[in-house]
Amino acid sequence: MGIYETQGFKLDNTGKRVVVDPICRIEGHLRVEVNLDGQNVIRNAVSTGTMWRGLEVILKGRDPRDAWAFTERICGVCTGTHALASVRAVEDALAIKIPENANSIRNIMQLNLQVHDHLVHFYHLHALDWVDVVSALKADPKQTSELAQSISIWPMSSPGYFRDLQNRLKKFVESGQLGPFMNGYWGNPAYKLPPEANLMAVAHYLEALGFQKEIVKIHTIFGGKNPHPNWLVGGVPCAINVHDTGAVGAINMERLNLVSSIVDRSLEFVEQVYIPDLLAIASFYKGWLYGGGLSSKSVLSYGDIPERANDYSAKNLLLPRGAIINGDLTRVHEVDLKDPEQIQEFVIHSWYKYPDEAKGLHPFDGVTEPNFALGKNVKGTKTNVKELDETAKYSWIKAPRWRGHAMEVGPLARYIIGYVQNNPEFKEPVDRVLKKLDVPLTALFSTLGRTAARGLECQWAAHKQKHFFDKLMGSLKAGDSATANVEKWEPANWPKEAKGAGFAEAPRGALGHWIRIKDARIDNYQCVVPTTWNGSPRDPKGQIGAFEASLMNTPVAKADEPLEILRTIHSFDPCLACSTHVMSPDGRKLAEVVVR
Amino acid sequence: MGLEFTFARTTAGMEDSSFDILVLGIGNLLWADEGFGVRCAEALAAEYELPQRARVLDGGTQGLYLLPYVQAAKRLIVFDAIDYGLPPGTMRLVEKDEVPRFMGARKMSLHQTGFQEVITAAELSDCCPREMLLIGVQPVELEDYGGSLRPQVRARIPEAVGVAVERLRDWGCDVRSRGATVAAVLNAGALGMGAYESGRPPAETACRIGDARFL
Repeated sequence: MGIYETQGFKLDNTGKRVVVDPICRIEGHLRVEVNLDGQNVIRNAVSTGTMWRGLEVILKGRDPRDAWAFTERICGVCTGTHALASVRAVEDALAIKIPENANSIRNIMQLNLQVHDHLVHFYHLHALDWVDVVSALKADPKQTSELAQSISIWPMSSPGYFRDLQNRLKKFVESGQLGPFMNGYWGNPAYKLPPEANLMAVAHYLEALGFQKEIVKIHTIFGGKNPHPNWLVGGVPCAINVHDTGAVGAINMERLNLVSSIVDRSLEFVEQVYIPDLLAIASFYKGWLYGGGLSSKSVLSYGDIPERANDYSAKNLLLPRGAIINGDLTRVHEVDLKDPEQIQEFVIHSWYKYPDEAKGLHPFDGVTEPNFALGKNVKGTKTNVKELDETAKYSWIKAPRWRGHAMEVGPLARYIIGYVQNNPEFKEPVDRVLKKLDVPLTALFSTLGRTAARGLECQWAAHKQKHFFDKLMGSLKAGDSATANVEKWEPANWPKEAKGAGFAEAPRGALGHWIRIKDARIDNYQCVVPTTWNGSPRDPKGQIGAFEASLMNTPVAKADEPLEILRTIHSFDPCLACSTHVMSPDGRKLAEVVVR
Repeated sequence: MGLEFTFARTTAGMEDSSFDILVLGIGNLLWADEGFGVRCAEALAAEYELPQRARVLDGGTQGLYLLPYVQAAKRLIVFDAIDYGLPPGTMRLVEKDEVPRFMGARKMSLHQTGFQEVITAAELSDCCPREMLLIGVQPVELEDYGGSLRPQVRARIPEAVGVAVERLRDWGCDVRSRGATVAAVLNAGALGMGAYESGRPPAETACRIGDARFL
């Protein structure tokens, strides 16, 4: 298996090996190993999750109505999305219908998460893969102001504003306390922005730091608390009373007005800052269209944001559902989470044990039994692996496949599916961006395309948040204040055995939870999270996962500064923590990079 | 677990922007002693009534997502499991400017580098707490998925909570003992330490170990 072809890629692991660990932390750590050829082009890529996560097994025997609270703890980011998928799985199993208001509130919370997560990802976890902070010190504030004013009406754009900011940045750099800017590969030739664009982006990085704290207040209002909001099987756990003027108890008009104001301000920030920045940055990188990976071949979305409550069919979901395979952009396949032939997880290259590892298992029948064993070609020891052997087991992440295909999930997948379905909400913004940057549709299938799709989705989500807020207000004014259906709350009203699937589109992609209930207790629980799809290792056919594919054929300017690898992996938003977690334990290096 | 209880709890955290003192428990309660910080916050909220200006928060492993809360606070107390390199179960306090540096100085668990980042980001946005106190305990065991605190670490909770209460009072906070412990003020009932521990499936059906490289 040293050299072989799969999914249109030629894998060759004979060249110089570069190990980046940790590249970020996804429910554990993510480590990437690549082989470079003589021209420093990536010819083999291996992505591995280096930590066991067995949430499924610790849920056995617990109350299904509590599962959401545990699943919120799976990872540090998608707390609310996991909870949403979990309550939907239980509702599906027990045929529980939720009130329209509950659907609107869940959508507002989910869209709010998208807006917040995408914004924070772009500015605080990903921008510095494109923006050279040190170069910003050389910028001319006046020209920066001209640049900013040429792309947006955002008011904070005077020469004085940028001059002050630059001085603040200088002080930071001189004090040696670069903070989040400490670990960059500043000056690397893979950075392409002029100093003025860098300064503008750094200014907006700081503005976004201040602004993002407003956005999450919506979660506190509807979820009762944050960062681990409350959820409820059967609806949402908040009572609403529009006539109550006091602050105690139910959500009242004053709270709803606050929601409305946050929704409006989010939209303004996204449209006047995020999107113009994205386009400005992209215009300097449109010659760097690497990182497409599986996006032009196989993408998957479960869809989300039901317009009406309790209808989870594709036509009622505002975020598109479907699968595209083999690069056939003329056809979107229907996706069914409960069809045993569609979603299956394989473990032949994962540190788990199946009775027959040539076969995959549907999550209803999923098994999560660890089996940590290394291949014979591993370099190093069991406790200190220098180099993994990807021909054997090499990751704690399972390999999910859709009808046997490795799939990319996330904003780019959703936008490609919406585009192919000719849905104007997705197609028109994409066409506008492509036209503005003067690039063909194929440019979408790239790291930059992934980053752009996230920005467009942030804008889309901000608009839809407004839509569902208006819908909620309309319903409340019409006298409907129901937020929960408790008819089937008591297990006495449940069947002896039941099973269900719940799904959501997390900011970083398709999330599914599958539950089997027996005697009112959890009998089996399986989660397939977005990063399981994107970070998947190889399968029995040797097919590579989305991270691995995205790195293929990318030239690396400096082998010991894998900026291009980080840029592409970060574009998937594998976890909130990427930029924060690339620090090594001594807080100095970006990551441990070993070139052999 | 009753429905009334679910509804009653939801209003507890709604006064969102009125606090200037934050008590933050961080860590993952699913990973044995990693849960120390969250359990301390839980115990504090259960045993004491705090004035409106002080907020107790279960920060989990939220990293940068904790930034809004830290930005809102002028004073901050953090409970956490810290690898000080001291004997297991040892409690140690770290003050003020040392907190972020200290937290970034050692090989530690998942969320802690993330939290260091939160502090520097708060500084960058000119909204960093003026005073900080880190109440940390050296963990005994982290690699026990689905497990709970080890006895030596659990035994430190009252002391840790006591230190926090004393500091809150120094800061002029009117902290009152509830007299009796109130159940599940901070977290979903099922995650409360008692329910969490008693609902754990047996080891034969739920693997408890982690990756050999991290053991």
